[in-house]
Amino acid sequence: MTTITVTVNGVRYTSEVEPRLLLVHYLREHLNLTGTHIGCDTSQCGACVVHVNGVSVKSCTMLAVQCDGAEITTIEGLAQDGQLHPLQEGFWEKHGLQCGFCTPGMIMAAADLLKRNPNPSEEEIRHGLEGNLCRCTGYENIVRAVRYAAEKMAAMQAAN
Amino acid sequence: MTATEMKERLVGRALKRREDPKLITGHGNYLDDIKLPGMLHIALVRSPYAHAKIVSIDASKALAMPGVVAVFTGKDMLDINPMPAAWQAAGVKNYPVPPRALAVDKVALVGDPVAMVVAENRYIARDAADAVEVEYEPLPAVVDARKAVEPGAPQIHEAAPNNIVFEWECGNKAAADAAIASAEVVVKEEIINQRLIPTPMETRGSIARYDAATGEWTVWMTSQAPHVHRLLLTAFVFGVPETKLRCIAPNVGGGFGQKIFCYNDMAFTMWAARKLGRPVKFVEDRSENYKYSTHGRDHITEAELAGTRDGKITGLRVKTWANIGAYFSTVAAGIPTTLYGRIITGVYKIPAAYVHVTGAYTNTAMVDAYRGAGRPEASYLIERMVDRFAAEIGMDPAEVRRKNFIQPEDFPYDNGLGLLPYDSGNYEPALNKALEIAGYAEFRKQQAELRKQGRYLGIGISSYVEICGIAPSAWMGGQGWGAGLWESANVRVHLTGKVVVTTGSLPHGQGLETTFAQIVADELGVPIDDVEIQWGDTQGTPFGYGTYGSRSLAVGGVAIKRSVDKIKEKARKLAAHLLEANEADIVFENGRAYVRGSPDKAKTIGELAAAAAVAYNLPPGMEPFLDETSYYDPPNCTFPFGTHVSIVEVDPETGHVKLLRYIAVDDCGNQINPMIVEGQIHGGIAQGLAQALYEGAVYNEDGQLLTGTLMDYAVPTAAMVPHIETDHTVTPSPVNPLGVKGAGEAGTIASAQCVMNAIIDALAPFGVKHLQMPATPERIWKAIHGSK
Repeated sequence: MTTITVTVNGVRYTSEVEPRLLLVHYLREHLNLTGTHIGCDTSQCGACVVHVNGVSVKSCTMLAVQCDGAEITTIEGLAQDGQLHPLQEGFWEKHGLQCGFCTPGMIMAAADLLKRNPNPSEEEIRHGLEGNLCRCTGYENIVRAVRYAAEKMAAMQAAN
Repeated sequence: MTATEMKERLVGRALKRREDPKLITGHGNYLDDIKLPGMLHIALVRSPYAHAKIVSIDASKALAMPGVVAVFTGKDMLDINPMPAAWQAAGVKNYPVPPRALAVDKVALVGDPVAMVVAENRYIARDAADAVEVEYEPLPAVVDARKAVEPGAPQIHEAAPNNIVFEWECGNKAAADAAIASAEVVVKEEIINQRLIPTPMETRGSIARYDAATGEWTVWMTSQAPHVHRLLLTAFVFGVPETKLRCIAPNVGGGFGQKIFCYNDMAFTMWAARKLGRPVKFVEDRSENYKYSTHGRDHITEAELAGTRDGKITGLRVKTWANIGAYFSTVAAGIPTTLYGRIITGVYKIPAAYVHVTGAYTNTAMVDAYRGAGRPEASYLIERMVDRFAAEIGMDPAEVRRKNFIQPEDFPYDNGLGLLPYDSGNYEPALNKALEIAGYAEFRKQQAELRKQGRYLGIGISSYVEICGIAPSAWMGGQGWGAGLWESANVRVHLTGKVVVTTGSLPHGQGLETTFAQIVADELGVPIDDVEIQWGDTQGTPFGYGTYGSRSLAVGGVAIKRSVDKIKEKARKLAAHLLEANEADIVFENGRAYVRGSPDKAKTIGELAAAAAVAYNLPPGMEPFLDETSYYDPPNCTFPFGTHVSIVEVDPETGHVKLLRYIAVDDCGNQINPMIVEGQIHGGIAQGLAQALYEGAVYNEDGQLLTGTLMDYAVPTAAMVPHIETDHTVTPSPVNPLGVKGAGEAGTIASAQCVMNAIIDALAPFGVKHLQMPATPERIWKAIHGSK
């Protein structure tokens, strides 16, 4: 067992974990943050994407011990002060989800994409989300949702 | 709101989904999110061989590991029955061999579970599963349905000689033979509809809890049909009263058919929970889902289509080998028979048609319904053959379609294949609209120009019709379906005016909560936020057959409407009593009941609900409470239709296909929420075009699944799916009072052939007449260069 200290969604946790414990299982089983999902066992589907120190990672492909000292954001921590993140709003407005299983990872990956490219074209969105699979939407409305968020975030920035 | 002001209708509006807030914030509560106190975890020991005898199983090392609670094998579970074979092919002998909870004595596919480890956590369970030593005696395997029924093929089940599950036919063989023998033109093709893996993003699983004091189970399951699973698991598998089991489907992360069926894990979690006295959880890994949960399609077909030189289709003869996999899955035989053969002629008037289907066991994963279920196979076949015929006689494929369409005045239309009559349709406007959006005539000119420059573009048309709202019970009974197919709903208006709807239908992405709430709010004239839709738990919802076959609106939704109608009827009686008027003079609109001509003295539905609930002053003989249940069994299925058009460019150097445009014009009757309908169409198309371009489950001859993970099985990413252009026509269904037909499967049913027809059109200069799916660059390159 190894002791790790992590900050998840602004809350500090110190835990005893097996060195082999995957980050996704740490979040889901130890911290009960079950919004981060598991859709595959080969790092393809992206349902488990979270942010570690501000960068999107597939939490099924990282060990919990590698996150010692890290700041982690999961889907549960994305809305601030009861206010949905523009991406959450976009997915709702544009029907960017159906069963919702891929959605947390999709939103977290899209958040990282918009950080790197605040005004992505349709093609850039499609390529930017290649690490995330959705089986329900055909991606059409996910693209619209991300565009919605990009525009909203730009408008918010302009207003500030 | 004054009495004369109409409440704004919600039906027909693209309302945002009420399902979404929890899902976008990470509070979905899917199966694997559920934790029960004292819960144990199951890991399975699965066969690495496709076909083998189990010689011995030694669990001693596993049992010695700390944290391991028990190891069980198939022989431990002989006190429960195999899984049920609910839908067998109609009118013929079937040889159903469904799976047991765990394999006994022999295995029939890679991934067949032979033992289960139960441990304190999933890491320990998996470690221990690896420590179970199983000795096998490998046997020869067969994976191809046509080869499986040949003499000398490896025999998989003693109870199914020659690996035949059933041999079934429909249509008129003599007429089809004669039409083909006497035809001016006959086109013949071997058409393979490759095996697909449904791949809902959430894999499958079950959690079972047993209460020894009452002898009752609660099972949480990734299920599209919890009431049916409750019935099958109790009455058929465990032989206990149905009342001993409560099934709960929490949020389900996509189904696409794969979660309709009654699976072994539902049984072995129940068995282990009872045995151990602790709750147990089993959730598949993705690779387990790929190996053992059901697959779809997998047809090999020899098709012949006859016609005249001027484009009239005169006959169709089809011989299909349908791969059923290693065991008989719950409704496996109904898919390649009723839902395939009986709609093989699609949107065309074909005077003579005949279909023969052989269902075969092979050493592969079970095959059962996958989005569209039989109808995509039928639609792919006829639409490919019509294009093949058009090319043969040198006629525009759109023109051949127009020449053979069933005409509006032909409805209700009996296709002669043992289906109920097509309810309504108007096929040509949808075709014309799709072609107009595509700029068809202009494209043909451009295509000819570009070919001169060595660029190969193609356009594909797919006109489809499907069977939705699958019912009625009396007809489905005759199709071999082992039960009814009605749906039910209860509607209650509580004392506070809140409306609670319970339904046996259940969404797993379709947005039914929103769609149903829109209907109820309109019909009852209440704010939509006052309407709650409850589903998914057999305790508290009336029996329903579940959500599949695009039937939840056309059957389940209508049951809700009928319950609301009964509520209104009772409310009207109560209003007449309270307003001291004749019932005949009571008008009920916008959630208010009043005497005709006196809208100002109205009783609102909330007031009437309160009056009915407190029951201080009811008319003589009236029972308290506004609470009504309906069982709705429709008189017919519904038959949505449409035309899709796609444009591709093929690079002859690399064989790469670029999908330039995809246009969908669909007619699903009246639309309750157009945003949700469009979303269903998008998703369906992505799955169909993925069949055309990317996906295919591949087994080697030894029965090893070569596409056993998402690394090898090409579920498309966002960059592999084009922008989809949608439009629609509206031909209401006369079958039900909502005029709805269903939209969940249309996109998938229409799209594979739409893309394949475009690719083959692009390759026409190379003499390519047909190409099997998926149209990978390698396959296309070979088709081009093989023809030189």
